[in-house]
Amino acid sequence: MPGLIKIFDSNKEPIEIEDGIKIVPGCSTIIGSLNKIASWGRRSSLWPLTFGLACCAIEMMATGASHYDLDRFGVIFRATPRQADVMIIAGTVTKKMAPIIVNLYHQMPEPRYVIAMGSCACSGGIFNTYSTVQGVGEILPVDVYIPGCPPRPEALIEGILKLQQKIENELCHKSENFSRENSQIEERNESHRDSEEAKR
Amino acid sequence: MNLIEIVKKLRDKFPHEVLWFRCFREECDVTVKKDNIREILIYLKNTPTLEFNYLIDLTAVDYLGFREPRFDVVYHLMSIKYRHRLRIKAQVPEQACSIPSICDIWRTAEWFERECFDMFGIEFKGHPDLRRILMPEDWEGFPLRKDYPVFSDLAEKEWLTFIELKQKAKELRGNND
Repeated sequence: MPGLIKIFDSNKEPIEIEDGIKIVPGCSTIIGSLNKIASWGRRSSLWPLTFGLACCAIEMMATGASHYDLDRFGVIFRATPRQADVMIIAGTVTKKMAPIIVNLYHQMPEPRYVIAMGSCACSGGIFNTYSTVQGVGEILPVDVYIPGCPPRPEALIEGILKLQQKIENELCHKSENFSRENSQIEERNESHRDSEEAKR
Repeated sequence: MNLIEIVKKLRDKFPHEVLWFRCFREECDVTVKKDNIREILIYLKNTPTLEFNYLIDLTAVDYLGFREPRFDVVYHLMSIKYRHRLRIKAQVPEQACSIPSICDIWRTAEWFERECFDMFGIEFKGHPDLRRILMPEDWEGFPLRKDYPVFSDLAEKEWLTFIELKQKAKELRGNND
């Protein structure tokens, strides 16, 4: 054992643990761009709102329970929108429920995300009727659509992983007009890169 | 007393009210005029040999294009003591779309009648609190009527709050899509 400790101590260089992120051995220090670290924190603790509308909610509960265990992704259900990062729309959205959902969405702190789970939340599903919203995308900005009636727990996990990927690749803090700001920053970055290349 | 005897007894008691009755597979339904529906139901509930003391359900049927009068209000009755079940249908025309309320006979009718009003627009006269129960209170139209749009595109019948909601979502999204 003394030998192992010696090897570890002898390494004085920062160790790259992930692309662009390094830790310095011997002191609790992480080196990396702030964006990356923030998005790492954000995607590793996605707290969804405990919120079910129909049969998909049963499948969501099964995903959260011990067999599929969403906790291992850092997904912990919160009972208040003020502590939640992501809203999983699990089930049929009726027009009477729509204003309440939008209200809950606006009570969530930014950055906030929406997952539409199941064919009803994606497109209205089989309920092409007077009382049903034809896809929650009509009233909220949806990040991930999960098809299925209902989707299996594996599908929901896949959707959450897709959302984690999306957050990882996000350029900046997402705000209400997020897509517009993002595209502006991309443009700015591109023009900056172009001018730099021109200088060379 | 079997069901046919009950129906015959009812017909003999109210000869001018009962229009016709029909028995099929040990189930009976009696079609009556709407004006004295309360007397008929009170009779069925309070007569010692009948005792239909339980109102299982109250709903309506729209016969648009099939016959006049347009609506039937249907009362499903049961006698817990004798295990009898009986269906009473009261005919309601489209004009003067109303029927006396039976809230004071069975308290459970209060919400049934609200639902029936919500879906068919039938007014229950004497109901203490006749509001919509399922649809939003400012909703226009009665969804279970046969002339109501079936699909999600309600055009000018769309709920105003939902139109505003969609508009607001569009503004927030900006011009990106």
